[in-house]
This record gives sequence, C-alpha cells and structure tokens, in this order.
Amino acid sequence: MAPKMSLPRRIAARLVGHVLTFIARFITAVRAEWKGIEPVQRQRIYYANHVSNADMPMIWSVLPVSLRRKTRPVAAADYWLKNPLRAFAGRDVFQAVLIDRRPDERTEDPLEKILEALDEGSSLIIFPEGNRNMTDDPLLPFRAGIYNIGKARGHVDLVPTWIANLNEIMPKGEVIPLPLICTVTFGAPIHVEEGEDKDAFLARAAAALVALAPAEKGA
Amino acid sequence: MTDTTTDIVTVSLGMIALLIALTMLGEFMRSRVAPGTTNPVVETFMLRVHTWWAMVILLALALLSGHTGVILLAAFASFAALREFLTFAHKRQADHISLVLAFFVILPLQYIFVGLGWTGLIAVFIPVYAFLLLPIVSALRGDTDRFLVRVAETQWGLMICIFCISHVPALVTFEIEGYGDRAILLILFFAMVVQLGDLAEYYAGRRFGRRRVAPDLSPKTREGMLCGVIAAAGIGALLSWITPFGVAGAAAMAAMVSLTGMLGSLVFAAIKRERGVKDWSHLIPGQGGFLDQLDSVIFAAPVFYHVTHLIYA
Repeated sequence: MAPKMSLPRRIAARLVGHVLTFIARFITAVRAEWKGIEPVQRQRIYYANHVSNADMPMIWSVLPVSLRRKTRPVAAADYWLKNPLRAFAGRDVFQAVLIDRRPDERTEDPLEKILEALDEGSSLIIFPEGNRNMTDDPLLPFRAGIYNIGKARGHVDLVPTWIANLNEIMPKGEVIPLPLICTVTFGAPIHVEEGEDKDAFLARAAAALVALAPAEKGA
Repeated sequence: MTDTTTDIVTVSLGMIALLIALTMLGEFMRSRVAPGTTNPVVETFMLRVHTWWAMVILLALALLSGHTGVILLAAFASFAALREFLTFAHKRQADHISLVLAFFVILPLQYIFVGLGWTGLIAVFIPVYAFLLLPIVSALRGDTDRFLVRVAETQWGLMICIFCISHVPALVTFEIEGYGDRAILLILFFAMVVQLGDLAEYYAGRRFGRRRVAPDLSPKTREGMLCGVIAAAGIGALLSWITPFGVAGAAAMAAMVSLTGMLGSLVFAAIKRERGVKDWSHLIPGQGGFLDQLDSVIFAAPVFYHVTHLIYA
C-alpha cells in the first residue's frame, strides 16, 4: 500500500493532484489514445519513453481518476527526496515507489520494492531506459529491470506507453514550457514469454513502444 | 436594456430556437433507428448540435459582457489555434524562446492593442515587428537546420492564429456614423453568416455536389459552395437590421465573407494534407480542433474588417 497519511495531508495531496492535472490539460491539452487496451481496472505496468521530467505527470494526468489512484510511478529517490516540496509531490501526490539509484550505497533492492508494490495490487509507471533520452534516437537501450519484473510477475500486463511531443514542449535546459499538444498513446500489452531470454524480450518491448510513435511529420 | 443588448438577445434567442429545432430533429431521427443500434450519421449530427449549443451560448455570453468578453474569447481561441498550428510546425530547440514569446508576449500584446483600440498597431504589430523580431531571436541561437522553413512557419502561425483572429474583436473599434455603440453587433453578424454559410455548403455539397473545386484536396464542390454563398447572402439580408449596411449591402458583405471563408478552409485542407493529419486536434467534439472550426473565420475576418472600414467607417 502507499504510505499512510494524515487526513489534512491526504486532502492537500489530492488537491495538488487535481491542480497538476488541470495545468497539464490546460497547457498541453494532453490526451490519452487507448490503442491497444481500454482504460479499465486491471493491474498494469505502463512502460514509457523518457525525455523530460514532465513525462510521469503527463501519463498520470491522462489516466482516469479511478485508475490513477491505484497507479504508482517508479522514480528515483535522490530526485524526489531532494527537498520537502518534491518529497511531498513524489511521496504524497504521486505516491511514487522511490528507489535508490546508487548500487553501492543502497540498503533496499529496487526490484524487491517494485514487486512489493505490485503484490499490494498497485499498477506502476516505469521508464525502462533508466535515464532521460537526450539523443536523437527514439529510445535508449532498455535496462534489465523491466525483464526481471515481467518474469517475476508474469500475470501483470506490460503496456507500452508513448509520450509524444514533450521534448518540444520542454527541451532540456529551457525554463518555460511551450503549450503544444501532447499525446499519450497506450499500446497492446506484452508479457515475458516462457523461456524468452533477456535481450530478446528487451528488443521486443522496445519495438512495441517505438511502434506507437507517430510518423515523422513533414520530413 | 440598451438597444444593442436587446438585439444580441433577440438574435441569440433566434439561434437557440433553431438549435432546439435541430436537437428535436436529431432525437426524432434517433428514435427511428432500430432499438439497440445507433446510426453513425445521426450520432455525428447530434454531437455537432451539442457543440453548436456550447458555441452559441459562449458567443452570446461574450457579446453580452461587452468588449472585454469578446476579446477574452478571441484571445483564448487564438491561444488554442496557435497551439494546434505550432504542434504540427517545424521547430527546433533554437526556436524555443521565440515560440515562448509568440505565446506569452505577442499574443497578449495584440489583444491589449485591440482592447485599447490602437488600430494602427493592430495592423502592423505582427506583420512588421513580430516578423522582424522572432527570426532574430531564433538566429541568435545559431542552429541553421531548415532555418527559413522554421521561421516562415512560425510567422504564418502568428498571422493566421493571432493577427487574423484578432480582427474579429477589433470590429468593435469602428465608429460608424449613425451606428453608435452598436459595432459589437458586427461580430454577431459576421459569425452567423460565416458559420451558417459553411453549414449550408457542407450539407448542400453532400446532397447535390458534383464538381469538386479542388479534387484530391477537399470534398468541397462548386454546387455546395454556391448554395453556401447564397444561404449566407440570405441570412445576411435577414440580419441586415443589426448592421449599418442596408439589405443589399448586408447580403453582398455576407456573400463575400462566406466565399472568402470557404476558400480559406481549402487552404487549411492543403496544409493538413501536407502534414498528413485529418484534424488539427480533438478538442471540439465532433468537429476536430479549434483550427478546423475557425478556418473560414480566420480568412474572412481581416477581409470583413477592411471592407467595412473602407466603405462604412
């Protein structure tokens, strides 16, 4: 379960969540395209491309409220615990599963924390590239995490989730976001097949995600 | 109530009566399809009728709240249109600052000039000052990849989405002899003839349309456009009492803006075809995006503004 909160804190978190959703909708008119699945109550891991810090709030905003409450983003503890404001947003508003990115110093195994959240019934948002993609390639090579999760909990749908346009809305190093239209496309779910090895699965997962990207326009 | 307000209310009530009739027609058609099934044509029609309800109510409220209401509504339409246009335009990170300026500085300034009634600046601010400034801002970042394409598309977006749309609320700045403070009614006249002319064109074109105006580009036909322009002229004549044009003048103005608008929407069809999109966005249910809805208004507004200015003001 997400961490327990006092009532005023919970109300504040809900309120901030609604405000964030409203801002996302007003600025970018963000919209979900459900191409391979329907927005229904089912345990899922949404895995998405990562180009900006606004990626996660965008996916979170387009999920219907009833799904959003049961969906927790997996995010870096060092980023989200940097100051009290971020900690409030990360822990209380988004109810993120915060994982330690420093392999040498960490005390908890990230995979175990993620599986624990899944076993409590939460859906997750993950970014299998691990870092923000600053290159011209559509995706960075996936880390092994998504394979390990998919193998350990084979019944959970892995849903490719493509976020379009965010790198133009907020390129790295810019301060003011551009109000362009952002689309979040949800594709058909995949699972780790019996006996499928890591590299084959990661290639398949990446291909399923890239296939959702809109064609290069006007080129 | 002033005369102007009474007239706005009268025309709005007329529109509402028309919408009630259309809603009832739609419900009647719905009741005739087999139980448990839906007819997509009827459902599309009903979706559009619902959107028209929202548009009529919004426009009536804006007009009743006066100049400020109309300016805010137009500024929001500009914002939404520019967002759609620039989403599909070529841009690179080097353009980020100039695009931010377009949304958050140039757009508000243009509407402030409209509010202040500075007609000189309304006419030159975007075609001259923004035209010169934004490419400089982009050039300073040094990225030359498709530079001319990028700055040209940005300027096109500014002209279409801000400059042209701002000419609708700018109609209020006119001082026409013997017309008093009724200039706001010109907006109502303009919106009605353009939109209803489009509608007549669409439905007549579907029914009797034979010869396409621009094959491969748009389903618009000569027959449909002719019906649309005639319908617009008829509506213009019916509404001549809210204009300073007289019956014949109102019909002629209506025909002119309606034709300009239809040709404008052909231009937008060409752009959409080139970019490979069917609609500019999904924001107006049943009609696509703001640009899909406003394409004819965009082209017709400056023409209506300047012809009115030349002949009557």
